[in-house]
Amino acid sequence: MSEPARPSPLAGSNSYVGRTVPRLAAKAAVTGRGRYTDDVTLPRMLHAAFLRSPYAHARILGIETAVAKREPGIALVMTGAELATLCTGPWVGTLSCFAGMKSAPQYPMAVDRACWAGEPIAIVVADTRAQAEDAAELIRIEWQELPAIADKSIALERHAPVLHAELGDNLAFRKNIEAGDVEAAFAGADLVVEENFEFGRHTAVSLEPRALLATYDKATGKLTITTSSQCPHMIQRVFAQTLGIPDHNVQIIAPDVGGSFGLKIHSYGDEVAAVAAAIKLGRPVKFIADRLESFVSDIHARENSVKGRIAVTRSGEILGFDIDVLSGAGAYSQYPRTSVFEANQILTITGGPYRHKHYRARATVVYLNKAPSSQYRAVGHPIANTIGEHLLEQAAYRLGIDPIEMRRRNVFPDDAYPAVSASGIRLKDLSHQRCLDLIVERMGYEELRGEQVRLRRQGVQRGIGIAAFIKGTSPGPLGYYGSGGAPISLQDACVIKLEPNGGVICAVGVTEQGQGTNTIVGQIAATALGVSIETVRVISGDTDAVPYGGGTFGSRAAAIGGEAVYQAARALKSEILAIAGELLQTEPSLLDVSDGIVVDATGSRRLPLAEIGRICHFQLGELPSSRQPVLSHTRRFRLTEDLYIFANGVHGAYVEVDTDTGFVRLLKHWVVEDCGRLINPQLADEQVRGGCVQGIGGALYEHLLYDREGQLTNGTLADYLVPMAAEMPDIDVAHVETPSSVSELGAKGVGESGTGAAPAAIMNAVNDALRPLNGRVTSQPITPETVLRALGKI
Amino acid sequence: MAACPGNRHGSGERVKPAKFSYVRAGGLAQVLELLAEHGEEAQILAGGQSLMPVLNMRLSQPKLLIDINRVDVLKGIGFEAGHVRIGALARHVEVANSPIVRQYLPLIAEAMPQVAHVAVRNRGTFGGSIALADPAAELPACALALEARFVVASSQGRREIAAADFFKGMQATARRPNELLIETLIPARQHRIPVFLELARRHGDFAIAGLAFQLLLEDGLVADGRLAYFASEDRPTLALRALAAIRGQRLGPATAEAAVAALAGDLAPIDNAQASAKMRLHLQCVLTRRALAEARARSSGQTRTA
Amino acid sequence: MSEETMPISLTVNGEKVSRSVPVRQHLVDFLRTELGLTGTHLGCEHGSCGACSVRVDGVLVRGCLMLAVQADGSEVITIEGLDARGEIADLQAAFVERNALQCGFCTAGMLMAAAELVGAGAGKTRAEIRTHLAGNFCRCTGYHAIVDAVAVTLERRANGGGNRV
Repeated sequence: MSEPARPSPLAGSNSYVGRTVPRLAAKAAVTGRGRYTDDVTLPRMLHAAFLRSPYAHARILGIETAVAKREPGIALVMTGAELATLCTGPWVGTLSCFAGMKSAPQYPMAVDRACWAGEPIAIVVADTRAQAEDAAELIRIEWQELPAIADKSIALERHAPVLHAELGDNLAFRKNIEAGDVEAAFAGADLVVEENFEFGRHTAVSLEPRALLATYDKATGKLTITTSSQCPHMIQRVFAQTLGIPDHNVQIIAPDVGGSFGLKIHSYGDEVAAVAAAIKLGRPVKFIADRLESFVSDIHARENSVKGRIAVTRSGEILGFDIDVLSGAGAYSQYPRTSVFEANQILTITGGPYRHKHYRARATVVYLNKAPSSQYRAVGHPIANTIGEHLLEQAAYRLGIDPIEMRRRNVFPDDAYPAVSASGIRLKDLSHQRCLDLIVERMGYEELRGEQVRLRRQGVQRGIGIAAFIKGTSPGPLGYYGSGGAPISLQDACVIKLEPNGGVICAVGVTEQGQGTNTIVGQIAATALGVSIETVRVISGDTDAVPYGGGTFGSRAAAIGGEAVYQAARALKSEILAIAGELLQTEPSLLDVSDGIVVDATGSRRLPLAEIGRICHFQLGELPSSRQPVLSHTRRFRLTEDLYIFANGVHGAYVEVDTDTGFVRLLKHWVVEDCGRLINPQLADEQVRGGCVQGIGGALYEHLLYDREGQLTNGTLADYLVPMAAEMPDIDVAHVETPSSVSELGAKGVGESGTGAAPAAIMNAVNDALRPLNGRVTSQPITPETVLRALGKI
Repeated sequence: MAACPGNRHGSGERVKPAKFSYVRAGGLAQVLELLAEHGEEAQILAGGQSLMPVLNMRLSQPKLLIDINRVDVLKGIGFEAGHVRIGALARHVEVANSPIVRQYLPLIAEAMPQVAHVAVRNRGTFGGSIALADPAAELPACALALEARFVVASSQGRREIAAADFFKGMQATARRPNELLIETLIPARQHRIPVFLELARRHGDFAIAGLAFQLLLEDGLVADGRLAYFASEDRPTLALRALAAIRGQRLGPATAEAAVAALAGDLAPIDNAQASAKMRLHLQCVLTRRALAEARARSSGQTRTA
Repeated sequence: MSEETMPISLTVNGEKVSRSVPVRQHLVDFLRTELGLTGTHLGCEHGSCGACSVRVDGVLVRGCLMLAVQADGSEVITIEGLDARGEIADLQAAFVERNALQCGFCTAGMLMAAAELVGAGAGKTRAEIRTHLAGNFCRCTGYHAIVDAVAVTLERRANGGGNRV
């Protein structure tokens, strides 16, 4: 039925949208009552540990497990070959949208050849984890070590060891983009700045590692898996398909998740092994990846070498960018999201805020004997933003143009949309100009510049670095996963129900990892329906209890999931008002819901929702016989034209470099960002802050250090340096709100905007500090040694 | 973590310790008897802050763990006959808060806030840090600068080892496998100027460069000193050439440069993933200049902010 | 070698418990698996992250670096006990109000560490708060909100608010 025009509930005085509402789950966590996968115990539960390859590349000539099996408490020892017989087949991590990419088939545990140090070889299941580890040490393997390739710069040379003979070489994927006339633009430019960039390999380091508890009921054929996953439905599909169990008999429950950051959207062979063990044994099997094995088995990311150039006119107009990216993947392309996405993003995102017409971007992705790489928070954006923003600032300084002014001259104006970037992406609803204005204000930019000048005279080197960015959020089905054939749902859904007591249950396909998904869902539902948020209960993360969705990744929960919630709640409200109209003998168009009560045009309270709930469930005789209440509505939402909903913003970093020691001190950080309609300002701010610090980690500290033989040399939390409180700055966050035009809610994603551009701002700030001393850094992490070498001091 | 090439074992990703036998020692004699019997197959569990990670990661698999936390004679901090006595089981937090340490050993008092984190200082022990002798640790360098003597005991008796003779290499000391470090004796010297400086990537991390100085000035000239450097070589090092370069000189920029120039002859730093040898030496030179400037400021009663 | 066990008796959150434990079991595994006190978490088991922080005999310790057998005769307080005592009710409320946690996995350890600071009563600068919490890893918040929550609690207590929520 058509709904008569009424003011949007989003704008109403009772609207929760745009308000800071504290998270219910926070109250549990501060009392120690969170419930994470490892907190769940089941009767007769067993524990899994893995024997992992000590070699980066080696043939398995023989495995002897008899001694291990006899150890106390051991229920099962299973090799990769044995596991392969329980699976429907190996994984192949390719997507058809990445034309020409190739990947070797990957078994969940190595069968006859280990391809990275840390690859699972055998699983041991025992009464305790300690016993499982004891027995794992007694498994005897005869190895034949093979040459390993760990250096991406030589991976395609003729003498390089080829990881997978059947692929012919170590090339995973190549892609080229070209627009305009790059040769002419660069030849005719007043200034060309060229740079070689290095980006270190990272891993997510969620504090709660990967965790899984599987139990299989032989009688009913039901497989139940409690697991710390961001994407329960995708995991359901992967386990079902891999282990040959119908999807509808697989229940995935994601309880409290202790951090994820993209780590937990992927499929892992060791998890398949643990599930297979549970099925084989008919007993629950728990696998909690410990920190050391996490470093060598979680997905890696960010390892790229880039040659980049920018061409500009003397008045500061950017003519074009030209980049050549060499991306170091791992031993296999990660299933099902591939290991080439990051390189693809670098090509499409570099220079994203700017209006240049000329663009050339090439990417080469190569296999290496390292842990497989794949999507990790802000995928590709930290690299793309660093390249573009560094080249822009170098050009600006060489031309004598203030870097903020340089950006003002080149960004797409706020009224330019819809627009298409030189890399071919469609842009809408962005606000670079307003964001630049606001960050100048928030930073006190002019004062900071003055302070910088004064302190320089005293020999104190401070630097200011700016980074404007775009961020692709909320992917649509026309994009890579959908068009590529991946079993990943880019639509999302909400089922909303009115209960007999007037309470509301809202079940969603997007998921919670602490960012506040459940809270904003409640805010949207309560607002759209007209009830108080306390009467709404949100259910997420259980495939038995929620409609099919994609989970949370790509900062999609608010924009895609939220829109489904909004639509579903409005549909429920519509039915409620129709029923109320019948009960009150009034036109539904003259009624509304406010604070859980149906009110009429004069504002008087006529009928509580609790009453409607009671009547519609128990006293149906009070309704006309033509009225069969449903009071349960499902709505789904997806992007129909765009590949992404883009967000934008700008970062500012203020640093002080001790030019004697090379140490960089972060004085303060600012972010102005536009995520469209803000649903919960505090939660959005905190996503930006946390994301910034994760990005700073990559800019200054984090680096997975592999030696030539493919051995990870710093795989502990003492040696892989993550950002801790003492070194991090306070972060000022402000927002511009340009609602997205693709939905009624108008939200865009915010979760990755901090991570995507913080590294760019930090590197620009360090280089700004070093400029008077003719130093320049172009690799991350920027360590004290990097700085001192740039200054020629060592 | 290095893998074990060519062997039958899997890669070392473990965080539950291998099985061991455990004894909670009631007294020193019991500890020494067990050490005499088991030697290198036993390990001493004091604070556990360094040993437990090693056990958890199965980098070490002792047959016997001897828990000495209840051996009271190893506890306490005292002052007697011009010496500060620090029992092996004195926790870092006790050392940091000790009025005796603050009064007589200000160098150590200055170093303590840099030792790891609050929770680690609550359990970690002075003796544990000395016995472990990590090259990047603060306390071995302080002990070296302060002319400490370490008292070790075995079932055969006791002996004292001067700090200068104790640190032999990367986590290697003169303590024999059947010996237990029971206490450290540090002479309380008058009129010394202490300076402690350290550089670490993050607060509480192991240092990538550090020094612990004790200087004696007479009439504004450097009369004597002990310049201990850590996180450069495989053990804390006394810089003798640097000392010679400043002996008899007045502290100032020229003297500092002389010390720095001589330092390259004193230190042969290690090259590894955390920092290159060149980087380590460079940082030690920077710290040396800063330390001598600080010493000068302290000698004239001012403290300059680092 | 067979699994050596030892009987221990200790007080956990005010309750006397006696158990026989494997000597190689660390304190947090004992608390979580033997006593079901799952509020304390494990993030690394090599002493680097602080998620395992508990209070033993009145002081903050890393529970993964202590064997359960070493806690014999001791008084152990976990986040559950700290919560039940109400000792940091204002700090907990500040954490919720300020959203000083997201996934919550570091939170028990962070509160344990911060409790020492707010308990000591002295005013602290933001830098001092950061230094005190420098041994507790949080991947989600970036620390700013945590510092805010601790700072506001210190301020409220200094203004005579005591531990009133």
